[in-house]
Amino acid sequence: MSAASQSAHAADHEEDVKGHGDHSGHGSFKGYVTGFVLSVILTAIPFWLVMGDVLGSPRLTGLVIMGFGVVQIVVHMVYFLHMNTKSEGGWTILALIFTLTLVVITLTGSVWVMYHLNTNMMPMTPTSLHQHH
Amino acid sequence: MFANLDLQKLVFGRLTLEAIPYHEPILLVTFIGVAIGGVGLLGLITYMRWWGPLWRDWFTSVDHKKIGIMYVVLALVMLLRGFSDALLMRSQQAMAFGANEGYLPPHHYDQIFTAHGVIMIFFVAMPLVTGLMNFVVPLQIGARDVSFPFLNNFSFWMTVSGAATIMASLFVGEFARTGWLAYPPLSGPAGSPGVGVDYYIWGLQIAGIGTLLSGINLIATIVKMRAPGMTMMKMPIFTWTALCTNILIVAAFPILTAVLALLSLDRYVGTHFFSNDLGGNPMMYVNLIWIWGHPEVYILILPAFGVFSEIVSTFSGKRLFGYASMVYATVVITILSYLVWLHHFFTMGSGASVNSFFGITTMIISIPTGAKLFNWLFTMYKGRIRFEEPMLWAIGFMVTFTIGGMTGVLLAVPPADFVLHNSLFLIAHFHNVIIGGVLFGMLAGITYWFPKAFGFRLDPFWGKMSFWFWLTGFYFAFMPLYVLGLMGVTRRVQHFDDPSLQIWFIIAAFGAGLIALGILSFIIQLVVSFMRREALRDHTGDPWGGRTLEWSTSSPPPDYNFAFTPVIHDHDAWSDMKRRGYARPLKGFRPIHMPKNTGTGMILGILSIGFSFGMIWYIWWLAALTFIAMAVVAIGHTFNYNRDFYISADAVIGTETERTRMLEGRV
Repeated sequence: MSAASQSAHAADHEEDVKGHGDHSGHGSFKGYVTGFVLSVILTAIPFWLVMGDVLGSPRLTGLVIMGFGVVQIVVHMVYFLHMNTKSEGGWTILALIFTLTLVVITLTGSVWVMYHLNTNMMPMTPTSLHQHH
Repeated sequence: MFANLDLQKLVFGRLTLEAIPYHEPILLVTFIGVAIGGVGLLGLITYMRWWGPLWRDWFTSVDHKKIGIMYVVLALVMLLRGFSDALLMRSQQAMAFGANEGYLPPHHYDQIFTAHGVIMIFFVAMPLVTGLMNFVVPLQIGARDVSFPFLNNFSFWMTVSGAATIMASLFVGEFARTGWLAYPPLSGPAGSPGVGVDYYIWGLQIAGIGTLLSGINLIATIVKMRAPGMTMMKMPIFTWTALCTNILIVAAFPILTAVLALLSLDRYVGTHFFSNDLGGNPMMYVNLIWIWGHPEVYILILPAFGVFSEIVSTFSGKRLFGYASMVYATVVITILSYLVWLHHFFTMGSGASVNSFFGITTMIISIPTGAKLFNWLFTMYKGRIRFEEPMLWAIGFMVTFTIGGMTGVLLAVPPADFVLHNSLFLIAHFHNVIIGGVLFGMLAGITYWFPKAFGFRLDPFWGKMSFWFWLTGFYFAFMPLYVLGLMGVTRRVQHFDDPSLQIWFIIAAFGAGLIALGILSFIIQLVVSFMRREALRDHTGDPWGGRTLEWSTSSPPPDYNFAFTPVIHDHDAWSDMKRRGYARPLKGFRPIHMPKNTGTGMILGILSIGFSFGMIWYIWWLAALTFIAMAVVAIGHTFNYNRDFYISADAVIGTETERTRMLEGRV
């Protein structure tokens, strides 16, 4: 946090108690409309891909939808959450980097762990499965 | 009588008279005791006309100091419940050998160990940590309150509602018999058809909302409300650890919420996320819950590290050794805590590459922790150490926690873990770090900041009694468990056949008895200190020769904490101010803008108990009604614009003049 924003913050310290010491921009009408239109497009395309069975392969469709999901997340962050590298003195971008790190760890870690699960287990043949039931 | 059974089901769900455990003598006696005590307490409050002050000054308060104190009170009450569970287990295991079945049947014993774990982690350790952070952080950073004072009150009441939900299971229905993390398939609809796991789920979900919101609140407070001049590297260490803990809370608790929500779907609508059928996988639950569960361990311990950093530095009369390395160690632990979760299930079946990766990351985490320990030792080195009670806890912690840390590194070796997994060695290890680390830390913090909160110190004699009983009790209670664990005794066992093991369990039960004396001494300490409060009065606001900002205000601090926002030049701000001959401003006071109290948080909390009760017992009308009511109250509250007021300049002058008189009369 820069020194300038700190002293400015100190001046309205009392205002902060009210819970609305918010100086960051709330975005413009144009920004919200852009975000909304992009979101609609990014939602409509995956629907079309599934309903029309355009790609023919469910696996490929799933991956493409995930890709659209990631783009959608970015659109929301930029147009609705007003995140950029400078907002809140860099805190939002720092929080984003931290979040991304944890999300990557959680997802790749879980996939890796679950993929590895049966490495040290007895092989499960259909017959042994039936014996269990 | 029940001609129309459907109507009964509609009104009461699956709640029947059978759910009241009047046929179980232990529970019946407990219930009678609790009822008599409860009626007595309510009667006393009514007789003393305390309802008004309680409602006005405490329940509806948005003051971070009062909310912090209420969190600690909640934790201490729940500690008594959680500890009585511990005594039941220790005495059962000490006697249940051979022909003797003990006095707890397995279905009851299983509920007790589950309740013990859940209560001690979620409703003792967590409220202690949150309470202490709530009380201390705004004072340490020179703020007048947290960022969102109403949210703070709401968070507290959600935590209370979660605790109340769990407590209700004692007398209405049953609690989970699954262990504190409720692994499926045992916790699934087939393994646990009763209400126990539902009590568990809803108790934790509701309390989890409170924890998450208070995490957001404290992050915002620390990031946005620091006094001018307090850069990140000038923040007191406790505030740093609080920041990291709350970041962990915000990052980790949603995972718990999600995994419990998936388990609820399995239980309520018949999905198969964690069943063995239709592509479900119970191991995924274990994986996900530990992605929350391991950071949770650090959520608890980091603030304790912060407390010890403050105490060691204060009672050695020196600056903390290696402030920057302490900060970096804290941040490194924060990140590493996300890379070790698999060490809780090495034996689940993963191959060597996965297990060795997580084994190594686990061992690496001991490096920043070790750095912290050396920092504390070097802070003490050549210091003028005062062995007052907070310092005793700190030294007891350093010795005990080191042992626990070393057994932890031992467990981090996957082949060793294959031998020790789920054994009493593990139980001894995590009690070693949670009692020796978190609990000692919180008791040290309570002793340290008590004079700040109430204006008088705690009685040192009973404090030392409490410390020595806790310390020796801990070693008697848990060292035998290490031995038993190495011999292969597993956890959660209600009865034993091998008589040669009994002596160890008897020693452990003796240790639990010593800890009981430690808790009793603590209660006596509170009572004695209150009786002797005039002799123990702290007139200066700085009873220990403190180094951080909270000691610059009066004890207890005024509602507005600081008449003027201080300007910070050093991370030991108050000791820096004292050194430079700081003079308290005596005039120029202005009206102070403050948030108003509100009962909304408590109302929402009570409604959420109704909601969870409805969900647990399938009383759908109650759940729907309370859910709608919660939405209406929450939305209604947003239209309440009458939520702030000014403390007049005259009132500030009055308070500050009083403080001046107090300082002159004493110093």
